[in-house]
Amino acid sequence: MDMELLQQILVAAIKTGTPLLLVALGELICEKSGVLNLGQEGMMLMGAMAGFAGAYFSGSLAVGLLLAILAGMMMAGIFGILSLNLNTNQVATGLALTIFGTGLSAFLGAGLVGSTVEGFKAIAIPLFSDIPLLGPLLFNHDLLVYGSFGLVALCWWIVNKTRIGLTLRAVGENPYSANALGIKVIKVRYLAILTGGAFAGLAGAYMSLSYTPMWMENMTAGRGWIALSLVVFASWRVGYLMVGAYLFGVASILHLVMQGIGFTISPNLLAMMPYIATIVVMVLISSNPIRQKLAAPMSLAKPFDSRRH
Amino acid sequence: MFKTQARLESSKLMSWLSPLIAIVLTMIVSSLMFIALEINPADAFRVFIIAPLSDSYNLGELMVKTTPLLLCATGLALCYKANIWNIGAEGQLLVGALVGSYVALQANDQSGYMWLVVTLAAGAAAGMVWAGIPTLLHQLFHTNIILTTIMLNYIGLYLLLWGVHGPLIDPDGFGFPESAVFADSVLLPTIMEEGRASISILLAIVFAIGSGIILYRTLPGFQLRVFGSDQPAARYAGYSSKFIIWSVMLSAGALAGLAGVSEVTGPIGQLIPQVSPGYGYAAIIVAYLGRLNPFGIIFAAFFMGTLYMGSDLAQIDLGIPTAITGLFQGVLLFFLLACDYLIHYKIIWQASANPAQASSSDTKQGAA
Repeated sequence: MDMELLQQILVAAIKTGTPLLLVALGELICEKSGVLNLGQEGMMLMGAMAGFAGAYFSGSLAVGLLLAILAGMMMAGIFGILSLNLNTNQVATGLALTIFGTGLSAFLGAGLVGSTVEGFKAIAIPLFSDIPLLGPLLFNHDLLVYGSFGLVALCWWIVNKTRIGLTLRAVGENPYSANALGIKVIKVRYLAILTGGAFAGLAGAYMSLSYTPMWMENMTAGRGWIALSLVVFASWRVGYLMVGAYLFGVASILHLVMQGIGFTISPNLLAMMPYIATIVVMVLISSNPIRQKLAAPMSLAKPFDSRRH
Repeated sequence: MFKTQARLESSKLMSWLSPLIAIVLTMIVSSLMFIALEINPADAFRVFIIAPLSDSYNLGELMVKTTPLLLCATGLALCYKANIWNIGAEGQLLVGALVGSYVALQANDQSGYMWLVVTLAAGAAAGMVWAGIPTLLHQLFHTNIILTTIMLNYIGLYLLLWGVHGPLIDPDGFGFPESAVFADSVLLPTIMEEGRASISILLAIVFAIGSGIILYRTLPGFQLRVFGSDQPAARYAGYSSKFIIWSVMLSAGALAGLAGVSEVTGPIGQLIPQVSPGYGYAAIIVAYLGRLNPFGIIFAAFFMGTLYMGSDLAQIDLGIPTAITGLFQGVLLFFLLACDYLIHYKIIWQASANPAQASSSDTKQGAA
């Protein structure tokens, strides 16, 4: 394989991995607080639709981005009310959020199918982008990809190095002890859920304003679900999340690789690749259930009821 | 001021009332939405709820929509009762349709009804295999069933698209992604003079009732329910979790596969890419709406079938995009989950003037 093809594959892997990375970062923060939100796909779709609509009607990508984040947070808010205030089952509520988001985004966005906007454009960073291989790989992307690099660093620092991160992890490990220490468990979980929503909205906006600048029903095509397995793959660690997202990116663009080395397979069979890869990865990482149990936040998906003690 | 108070015992009455309350709340929210769209809510509800029941043709179409929902939801309810989160009915349905179509295409007009039975069995078996994959992976590698079944939904969809664009495409079809129309011998008999409703609706009802009897009147059903509500207790009692997980997953797969094959051999009559408008996902809501009780699910499936019917009619009559069905489904599921709060808590009116009383009831809650 020649260098140019390899470079193309890696650049494409970053572009394809970015929405996964963004939505998975949000879910990771949410899960660190002990909340399992399976509604990522629905929040992402709402973000994609709202982002596209915002940019289309205002002519400003910034407005689109803002609306996408707000849409993701509103969806997350609904999840918060149900799972935190009404103590509903988190798995079922997350599914409901996805079904709702899929329906609502398709309904509100029905009139926008086929419209176009000028999406985010790559900005080459002077000097750095001229470095061979590394330049195009890291320094010739659009704002959202640069932003995702920054957000990974920020999330890593907050989760691992700050008091906020400590509080978050305490709530996710043992909410009752955290409560006894005076931490407002519900409040922390709300903030974590809303952060997750904001990230999912942003990931959706990346889909509809950068990756393929358009809106289409169900256009996230299961990326929200793949992101959920990505969090497990990363054993709830921010650094691994980035590696994982780009690896999944490679799996999603395998057809480019295949074509590059002269294979022709039905596009429908190739489209299965990311989902098959997800299953394979899950098999590899789940084979050791004890290690998974140790890595996962102790109270993940368990409701917190302050009246219990 | 309204306050919530934990019930000492969960309310039986509320567990049956909460789906009805959820439906009413969904209707209120949708009325507000129709008003926002400048559509008279009365007109909208006439189209969504009354029109599907109004004449024999529409009733037939209602049964067409209800059948796959009922088959899938019955299987899902068995899984959810056992606390197994199978989200894969959609993929199992699609693979059932694909494999069923392959078998159906081998038939000709002289094949006889035996071939139809073989076709249905092949569809059900394909759904079973598709449900067996996540079960096997779960047993061997402890993979998460939610995520593997969802991935298999996407894989099943692309497999179907591959089939209908590739090996199963009608050679005389001018390149349209459709299979040839099936021979009459592999088409399910219809149950009414006019319309497309086939005997599969009767099969679906029989399976639902059968599952209900197994679930509530037999020892395996009892074991399944214990396993679902209290796994340690089930393990202590010596029930085989392996047997329970395999049997609910394979039953659900077979029923969803049957739903798929009875779509293509029933109302559709050939394989097309749009076999399912998301029946497998809607069935999750049907299962919940029916309280995971196969008898309740029969009513829930007809209700959801009405919604699907209604949204088709609303698109024609009122110009509302059919995506509104998905929206209703989501809102309904939210309210269903939220209303379950009433089973465990009661809402009481409390005069806020007397703080002492309020605090004494709080301590009672603590004790409870």
